Amino acid sequence: MSSQAPTAGGAGPSAERHHRRVRKAPTKQLLGVAGILGFLVTWELISRLGIIDERYLPPASEVIAALVADFGLTAFWVSVGETMKAWFLGLLIAVVAAVLLGFIIGSSNFLRKATNSTVEFLRPIPSVALIPLAVLLFGVKIESSLLLIVYASFWQVLIQVLYGVADVDMVANNTAKTYGLGRMARIRYVVFPTALPYLMTGVRLAGAVALVLAITAELVIGSPGLGREIALAQSGGAISGMYALVLATGLIGVVINMLMRFIEKKTLAWHSSVRSEVVV
Amino acid sequence: MKVLKTLGYLLGLPVLLILLWWSSTLGAVNFFVPTPATLVSKFGEVWFGERFFTDVLPSIGRLLVGVVAAIVIGVVGGVLIGSIKWLRALLEPTLEFFRAIPPPVLVPVLMLLMGITDSMKVVVIISGCVWPVLLNTIEGVRAVDPVLSDSSHTYGIDGWARVRYLVLPSASPQIMAGVRQSMSLGLILMVISEMFASSAGLGFTIVQFQRSFAIPEMWSGIVVLGLLGVGMSFIFQWAERNILRWYHGQKEVENAA
Repeated sequence: MSSQAPTAGGAGPSAERHHRRVRKAPTKQLLGVAGILGFLVTWELISRLGIIDERYLPPASEVIAALVADFGLTAFWVSVGETMKAWFLGLLIAVVAAVLLGFIIGSSNFLRKATNSTVEFLRPIPSVALIPLAVLLFGVKIESSLLLIVYASFWQVLIQVLYGVADVDMVANNTAKTYGLGRMARIRYVVFPTALPYLMTGVRLAGAVALVLAITAELVIGSPGLGREIALAQSGGAISGMYALVLATGLIGVVINMLMRFIEKKTLAWHSSVRSEVVV
Repeated sequence: MKVLKTLGYLLGLPVLLILLWWSSTLGAVNFFVPTPATLVSKFGEVWFGERFFTDVLPSIGRLLVGVVAAIVIGVVGGVLIGSIKWLRALLEPTLEFFRAIPPPVLVPVLMLLMGITDSMKVVVIISGCVWPVLLNTIEGVRAVDPVLSDSSHTYGIDGWARVRYLVLPSASPQIMAGVRQSMSLGLILMVISEMFASSAGLGFTIVQFQRSFAIPEMWSGIVVLGLLGVGMSFIFQWAERNILRWYHGQKEVENAA
């Protein structure tokens, strides 16, 4: 497992640098807003000037109007809810399974060696390969989405948990043993805190992957959710509506990223990578 | 003895799993799960023939072109954006938003803009894969050690030499992390673009098998995709070991100290 990139997906919490926001922040934010506005204006001009036909790329103002109109529709929120439900359930199942297996495999040298080849073989299999199987087994139900989401997120979390459990300080572990801490107590007070930062990195990565797969399943298979609405809007010729939904998936992605970072920060408030003022 | 032990660890579990699969399909005929023997024979029959040239190779070709183009665009753009401060501040929020859009939704969008063509599929792969590389490169370029940066400036190392000998090497661990993400994304996008809008290619063929209930053939397609994923991951690991040899060495020294 040492062949793994230590930087893979920003693994390890220490990889994340925390740049202190200095006084210049307001200009930086202004520039960022200007960037977004500039992008929207460019988009507007491209379609208004007919560089790309308005039928295929409606102007930004129209799409945003459609998005705002969507915000008032129950149907839109139902689709969002369905996507989020699949996302959450899939992520939950994957995390629970990966944590259980990860701790079991990680705490035994024999199991770790014996499962390594299988894990390394199964992990890179793209979960979209399971699409036909999902269709066959579950049809257009939420279970199809769940199968893909769980498969894709499971490995992300499992790998991180395995790293985390392997990272346990032997001195700390032996000290705990000497002080008479039992197996469960050691897992709770030594192994778990060590693995937690890794686990959170895994969960954050898995959260992003789970959203991609949730949308994919809805788009390709047609299980209920935003992805299916996009496919329907596209084939139905509701072009502004389609672009609006694409923007909506982007917004969901941003919200999920922010949420994940927030959770990571809260659960790891004690960890030195978050408490950046502490000299390590 | 040692070799035997390693081999045992390497093959023990897979062999066990295959045995389990074989024994569970032995008695009853399950419509959904083929026996290992059927799968192997179908695999050869389906994929090592004309189809290898009409479906498999073009798919792999598109994937390669897409991923390589995404890496080039991502690295060049990332170095540019990462080294110019105001440009970074200007573009970063927009880029973060683009990264947050799940790439598969680009399939219907690009289908609309470009029609169902080969170049559309390549563009789908590029436009999905470029973000991890781009944003990681920006991050890596930004985090160049300021002491090294100042020293090279003092020695008059500027322009291309600076990029070649300072910026790229110090950003390369980050870049490789991005490349890793974009490779697996690329495979996903290749399959989806073919499943959604195509009449040829791996993704299309597999869905076709599923629609016509050719179950063993469908499974063999899943195996092909799996092998492709595993192959790509091996190539990546090999490339990474070579490109980042100095980095791993440095880490080892740091960890030992």
